[in-house]
Amino acid sequence: MADKWKGSAEIIEQKQIAEDIYSIWLQADFIAKTAVPGQFVSVYCKEGSRLLPRPISICETDRERGRLRMVYRVVGKGTEEFSAYLSGDTLEIMGPLGNGYTLKEKKTCLIGGGIGIPPLLELAKRLQGKKEIVLGYRSGKEMFLKEEFERYGTVWVATEDGSAGIKGNVLDAVQKEQLEAEVIYACGPTPMLRAVQSYAKEQGIEAQISLEERMACGIGACLACVCQSKERDEHTHVHKKRICKEGPVFYAEEVDLG
Amino acid sequence: MNTKVRIAGVELKNPVMTASGTFGSGAEYSEFVDLNRLGAVVTKGVSNVPWAGNPTPRIAETYGGMLNAIGLQNPGIDVFIKRDLPFLKQYDTKVVVNVCGKTTEDYCEVVERLSEEEVDLLEINISCPNVKEGGIAFGQDARAVEAITKEIKRYAKQPVIMKLSPNVTSISDMAKAAQAGGADALSLINTLTGMKIDIEKRTFALANKTGGLSGPAVKPIAVRMVYEAANAVTIPIIGMGGIVTAEDAIEFIMAGAAAVSVGTANFFHPTATVEVADGIEQYMRRHGVEEVGELIGCVK
Repeated sequence: MADKWKGSAEIIEQKQIAEDIYSIWLQADFIAKTAVPGQFVSVYCKEGSRLLPRPISICETDRERGRLRMVYRVVGKGTEEFSAYLSGDTLEIMGPLGNGYTLKEKKTCLIGGGIGIPPLLELAKRLQGKKEIVLGYRSGKEMFLKEEFERYGTVWVATEDGSAGIKGNVLDAVQKEQLEAEVIYACGPTPMLRAVQSYAKEQGIEAQISLEERMACGIGACLACVCQSKERDEHTHVHKKRICKEGPVFYAEEVDLG
Repeated sequence: MNTKVRIAGVELKNPVMTASGTFGSGAEYSEFVDLNRLGAVVTKGVSNVPWAGNPTPRIAETYGGMLNAIGLQNPGIDVFIKRDLPFLKQYDTKVVVNVCGKTTEDYCEVVERLSEEEVDLLEINISCPNVKEGGIAFGQDARAVEAITKEIKRYAKQPVIMKLSPNVTSISDMAKAAQAGGADALSLINTLTGMKIDIEKRTFALANKTGGLSGPAVKPIAVRMVYEAANAVTIPIIGMGGIVTAEDAIEFIMAGAAAVSVGTANFFHPTATVEVADGIEQYMRRHGVEEVGELIGCVK
């Protein structure tokens, strides 16, 4: 294998950090050493009736110790299975997959919504320069990773119910606080990304956004996880780029989010 | 020990092939699998012009299986000949090009374009459940199967495998019709039309509403259909549908398949194809089987 590793990774630690949100550290030397922020791994279920790998973003890596962290939400039976494993157990994974964020030494704004927040942590760690970090949650009760982000920049919180930070969405926070940036890095639900996309266009600034779609193979063969792209895609020439391969991170102007 | 099999005069080093649409044109999997070890690589469906496929979501997992409605997204024959075929020709494996179309003319155009190319076999997809025109429309009526097979045979330089749909009342009738039309071999099964509903969102799990069911869940149906088809025709059959292990593959062979294709398993177990090939050899050794051919259709 050239640039991916597939195998059984030992769980170093797993804990619940918010409602339905779990943080897991795995021993996975190759992935930890080669992954860049924004890439993801495929995680395979042990229960045989669940065939397809679950794509989960890499939250952070510890290159020295060869460890990889994922922070994920339990959304179904597969992630529920993962959440039950304990340190010493193993998880079958493959990665690193996809294309991550391109690091720019500029004034940046990192915008994460819900379970789109975790992949921004490693990015925050590696980005040089002034960083504004905007995290959107449903409510103050389900806040996670906030303190960890505070180590790397100024953190602003937006909650849907106003129970913490600014009441509203991440874009409301950006506008209310008049946050300035030369590059926006974003990950979150599609409506949020759509808003980031049009905001960046209005402001004439670069935005790199990470997309999500249901995947099967995770390596670009099945063409399940395509998005509408402005340019013809290299693979099939029909304006449909593969999120698992050309993505998950795209420049905002590259994709049409409908 | 001899693992070689022959499909319409083409000798495969072993009976293991890839199922169309699950293996791209081999490039993505060449990182995991030595393509030289496969009997044949069957490409994703190729049409005369690029096809954009269906809206997303295109897949949904089901118990022991998955539904897909990709819609045959592909770059068309020009790019395929320029880029994908030369890639495959680097390997010592047989190349089977899967052909799709909306009309008989579309199929024939692709088949004709391939006539001068170094392609070993053609597999004609008349069984895709996920496109509105063509595909399955040609595969659910015995007269239509015979007619399109005949037409394609007029243009084809390579032997023609007709890929049959399981979404029919009698697979034997379809198999006979393809043989009557001049097919050199058959492959079956394509996916079974299915549906999944997202009860939280009160919507279909797939944008296309319906999709093709594949994976281990469909295997017993596929084995039964291969058995029935093998008893209805004299041309060789390539069996597929839920094969993950060598044991699965051997079931198909014993039911009458001269070769097998590994499909959905590639998605969750990228090295499945070579492991199936290895496992067949181990089985032969364990049971003192000299020729894999001895196993073909041995269960009557």
